[in-house]
Amino acid sequence: MVNQMSNETIERREAVAKLLAERDGALVVTGLGSPSYDVHSAGDRDDNYYLWGAMGGAALTGLGLAQAQPDKRVMVITGDGEMLMAFGALATISVAKPKNLDIIVLDNQHFGETGMQESHTGRGIDFSAIAAASGFERTRVLRTMKGVNALAEELKIPANGPRLFVLKITAENLPRSLPPRDATFVKNRFRAHLGLATC
Amino acid sequence: MKVAQEASVAEIGQQPSDFGQEWPEALYDTLKSANVRHMSYVPDAGHSTLIRLFEADADATSNVLTTEEEGIAVATGAWLGGTRSVLLMQSSGVGNCINMLSLPIQTRTPLLMLVTMRGEWNEFNPWQVPMGQATQASLEAIGVTVFRAETGHDLVEIVEQAATMAYEADQQIAVLIGQRLLGKKKW
Repeated sequence: MVNQMSNETIERREAVAKLLAERDGALVVTGLGSPSYDVHSAGDRDDNYYLWGAMGGAALTGLGLAQAQPDKRVMVITGDGEMLMAFGALATISVAKPKNLDIIVLDNQHFGETGMQESHTGRGIDFSAIAAASGFERTRVLRTMKGVNALAEELKIPANGPRLFVLKITAENLPRSLPPRDATFVKNRFRAHLGLATC
Repeated sequence: MKVAQEASVAEIGQQPSDFGQEWPEALYDTLKSANVRHMSYVPDAGHSTLIRLFEADADATSNVLTTEEEGIAVATGAWLGGTRSVLLMQSSGVGNCINMLSLPIQTRTPLLMLVTMRGEWNEFNPWQVPMGQATQASLEAIGVTVFRAETGHDLVEIVEQAATMAYEADQQIAVLIGQRLLGKKKW
């Protein structure tokens, strides 16, 4: 297990920018905090749905969206802390078996927004293994941009079930790139992007 | 379950409503008429017929949840994608939902929750009482509009109008289904 490679980490915004550049029409839902900033920093778009709160809700918002839009791919980009609060969601999503839902866990192994306390993933909890055991179609831990580049291509291939990928990223607080605070505005423009009525 | 409902009506001496003992079927028809095509639930005996009907419905998507707040996010996502969703749970699950309710409230996303009540009528389990007694106050504290039904007839009518308020007026609505209506749980 003592392996230099195993401690490599990815620069989060470079990775997110790559996945978004290759999103290929995917609808994107982001978990609160840094993942929302990362996605926003790559360019604000109508088909991004940012959460500013509701911790534990990102993957499941993605599930509902994926079920409502079966012809589109949904990519949830969230953090390890947010996903830890949605531990049961892995079971719910696995049972629901969406073919168009991909979860990207940006895993810095810390609660980055609240003082960089070490999280469960820094203490041995392996989301990739848990998702695999839960029945996700594909899961993997990535530690290099080379791996992210390959993932960006792989995500374009249709799946038969949910996929979850853990990106081990550098633990750092980058300058915030704040999405619109008005959640109703973000919802309405997202629905308008899908041709749906807005309130 | 059906036996339990009939017994409870007999116990409390209510006149059978127009829906008789078939309020879950009437509720299903009402939700379908409101174009609800998506349902999530943590089971409760009082919801068992509705759960069965939705799960057997090829035109509807059903999700079994590990905890109730998951359903708040799932329903929000479904609406984001253009689908009307309903969330079924027992009153004990309402407490799990409170912070997640900030999602539909803050995004002004329609939400319809049907909550079967425990801890308020003929309850034998004391552990159900604290959350049962706090259910309505908790929902109102976070900003959800609450209706209560005490008869099958009322319930169907309330859900029909609640669907309008939720899906057409973008409100977050909980309909509490009284334990008196549901009857005593049989062990």
